[in-house]
Amino acid sequence: MIALLLILIPLAAGLVSFAMKQDSAAKTISLLASVVTLALALAAVGTSSSIVYDVAWLNDLGSRFTLKMDGLSKLLALLTAVAYPLIFVAIQHNAYKKTASFYGLMLLAQAGLMGVFMAADVLLFYFFWELALIPVYFLSSIWGGEKRIAVTFKFFVYTFLGSLLMLAGILLVYFQTADHSFAMKAFYEVKLSGAQQTVAFWLFFIAFAIKMPIFPLHTWQPDAYEQSPTATTMVLSGIMVKMGLFAVVRWLLPVFPQATVQFGNLIMILSIIGMLFASLIAIRQDDIKRLIAYSSIAHIGLMSAALFSGSRSGAEGAMIQMFSHGVNVIGMWIIADQIEQKLGTRKMSELGGLAQKAPAMAVLLVVMALANIALPLTNAFIGEFLMFSGIFQHNMWMAAAAGVSIILAAVYTLNMVQKVIYGALSPISSAAVEISGNVKMALIIIAVVIIVFGVFPQPMIELTKDTVAGLFVKK
Amino acid sequence: MNAIIFSAVLGVVMMFSGIILRSKSAVTTTAIVSLLVLLLANIFNIYDVFSIHIDTRGLLHFNKFGLFFNSILISATLIFVLLSGKDIEKAGANVSDYYALIFFVLCGTSILTSFNGLLILFLGIEIMTIPLYILTGADKRNLKSNEASLKYFLMGCFSTGIMLMGIALVYGATGSFSLNVAASSPASAGMPVSSFLQMAGLILLFVSMCFKVSAAPFHFWTPDVYDGAPGVFTSFMATIVKAGGFFAFLNLFESNAQLLGPTWKLLMSFVIIATLLIGNITAVFQQSIKRMMAYSSIAQAGFMLFALYSFNDMAKEGILLYAVAYCLATIGFFSVLIKVKDYTFDGFNGLAKTQPVLAFSATVFLMSLAGIPLTAGFFAKYYMLASVVKSGGSLWIVVVAVLFAAISVYYYFKVIQAMYFKEGQPETLEITGSFKTGLVLVAAAVILVGVLPSIVLNWFYF
Repeated sequence: MIALLLILIPLAAGLVSFAMKQDSAAKTISLLASVVTLALALAAVGTSSSIVYDVAWLNDLGSRFTLKMDGLSKLLALLTAVAYPLIFVAIQHNAYKKTASFYGLMLLAQAGLMGVFMAADVLLFYFFWELALIPVYFLSSIWGGEKRIAVTFKFFVYTFLGSLLMLAGILLVYFQTADHSFAMKAFYEVKLSGAQQTVAFWLFFIAFAIKMPIFPLHTWQPDAYEQSPTATTMVLSGIMVKMGLFAVVRWLLPVFPQATVQFGNLIMILSIIGMLFASLIAIRQDDIKRLIAYSSIAHIGLMSAALFSGSRSGAEGAMIQMFSHGVNVIGMWIIADQIEQKLGTRKMSELGGLAQKAPAMAVLLVVMALANIALPLTNAFIGEFLMFSGIFQHNMWMAAAAGVSIILAAVYTLNMVQKVIYGALSPISSAAVEISGNVKMALIIIAVVIIVFGVFPQPMIELTKDTVAGLFVKK
Repeated sequence: MNAIIFSAVLGVVMMFSGIILRSKSAVTTTAIVSLLVLLLANIFNIYDVFSIHIDTRGLLHFNKFGLFFNSILISATLIFVLLSGKDIEKAGANVSDYYALIFFVLCGTSILTSFNGLLILFLGIEIMTIPLYILTGADKRNLKSNEASLKYFLMGCFSTGIMLMGIALVYGATGSFSLNVAASSPASAGMPVSSFLQMAGLILLFVSMCFKVSAAPFHFWTPDVYDGAPGVFTSFMATIVKAGGFFAFLNLFESNAQLLGPTWKLLMSFVIIATLLIGNITAVFQQSIKRMMAYSSIAQAGFMLFALYSFNDMAKEGILLYAVAYCLATIGFFSVLIKVKDYTFDGFNGLAKTQPVLAFSATVFLMSLAGIPLTAGFFAKYYMLASVVKSGGSLWIVVVAVLFAAISVYYYFKVIQAMYFKEGQPETLEITGSFKTGLVLVAAAVILVGVLPSIVLNWFYF
């Protein structure tokens, strides 16, 4: 029941929010709904066994409305549930035209995301996969930047194409299942020939790779992040890209084990190329949003490489990092949004010396930045450490190449910190004021999460244990 | 038999209603009542509550699939008249005649859902298309409408000629008009000449049917006719008539496709890919939404052709669902389109601001046409693709279709972009509250079928 409510509450609140005449009412309802969702998600994380909700849906087709929360589902549902109140608090004072619709669409996207992370029926998963995309399409196209329409459309067509290919793959596997069923169990037990595995594997993988995104399918991402309204970018990069990684764990690795081994190396190489490539570009960026976007590609590349490394610690690290990266990157976006809202620019060359004007923000930015380079005692460290050890077990040279990107991450992240908050006060920065209370609160919560899970990551490791174990069961 | 007789009789009734009834809206109301009567008569026929039996010596064959399809077409016409009745009244001077012609078209489609011989197929096709030539030219003072009508007439006659030639050849080979060419074939006794005639006849029939459902490369008439005809009638032509044509196509080749052996799949793959390619790619470059919809209807036909590629149960269910999804979405979208004065994409700029209900419904219809999940269009496409995978192998054609479906998003979403993301003051005709209600109901139906397609299919199996 908790699983169903996690979808229904955002959905219902989203629809109600559309109908609100007053902006403040829409804001209050959204915040309230997101807090209730968070409480439910915490309750779900608290239950030790996996939560299942199952009801008949399309019997003729062999599809049921099945939701199942195992460790990874809980972790990502928690990420989704944590992210939303933070986003809503941080953007409380931002002015959006048609506020009610904005909040409504945000909540609809949340419902879709929750569904993606919990669906245990591949057709249902496909439905939620699309349901999460459509509100984001409207959010970015209506409230985005100057080039929003073309950029968002590129993003939409890319991901829609991916999903359709996945649909073809789903059909291929579906007709091979023993009892023509879309259930997760049937997909896990399906017997496919080598050629079928190869074809279906790629059909699925392209969809997930576009979403993550993985080099060379990443071209939609920096533009989309830059042009979307920052609240939507937070959803996109904090939660939505995790859909791709999550889908790999849930639908790719267990369903196509041979193909995973066969093509794992290729995908790891692509991921690592993408990491280095994105890191190098990030160094050259002047725009804060674009810098975070490329840094995000690099992080996702590492997670993807770790997932395909075929080692237990790699998978474990990637799952933990999905959560950590989601929280951290939202923190980065909140600060980027604050700078843009207050000063009207995102160019690092025009900023400088913000620490003098906004010391609290400077401190918090430093915390986020350190988490971004995965310093020990931040939450990202444990995940990256496990991932590297996983990749190292698989292939030393790949680990070495991936390691270079960590150094590059330090270069561009610290460079940004230095240019934005230290140095001489630039003319534009001199107009800066300290961040307001609500933003400070959101950022402090994120900083606390970063440090607490950095010092004590055990709960996350415990939570993902059953999913990791499930991946490494000998068939 | 009910539907055929009732539609013909009601057509005549409609014709005379113009003399008796003075006001145009009274004629529309009569038409709505008549359509309800027709729908009821057909449903009675399905459940054998009341049905007229006439011995047609096996020329007509009524089965549940056909009758159910009939119900879909009649219901679609009913929705069409309910939504666009006001616009039919404005299309020209002789409202009652238009309704009479629409009933005659329905008579044609009723024959097409029950024909059991080539001769009756020919009759059905003619009864269905001749009223359309007139409807296309309904806007008498508009040169474009006249042009479209003449073009349609000439091309239609041409394809009818091809069809007759095909029937004649098949008759020459087998000595029978029976639908099942193989069964009545002396060719099995090993006569090469008649076997050749039979093949040639079938190919000609195939060509003429491709023409009727506007499958490439026989689609050239479609854009001009759909664009030139008054908007309301384009909506009717693109949905009900096309679906009827598809049913006949399916019915005709279900038993005969095997005669062509593996060539059939090759032929169909060629036609499907050509249709998808031409429909989708050309639609991308259109400036006028009406013309874009014409190409989109070609593209949608490409998807429906998959039913003829796979010929299994799933394909049959799929074509039912496709007919429902496609008719609902297209009729709904056209009813919005004809309310907007400017048919170009720019004419839709800012519609979400001035007419939020219209814009929202249109978005649902366009998403359904694009095949986005949670709308009826998704399951329609799903069934088609699934039927192909089920029929074994040939995943490549599914992947190709899927790529084209992704392209279709481009032009459908261009309309959504215009409505929601661009600024403008679109001029619209007068929009009544009841129209909005109807539109929202149709949009709700699209979503309902998209969540629970079994609603349609269970009814079929009931």
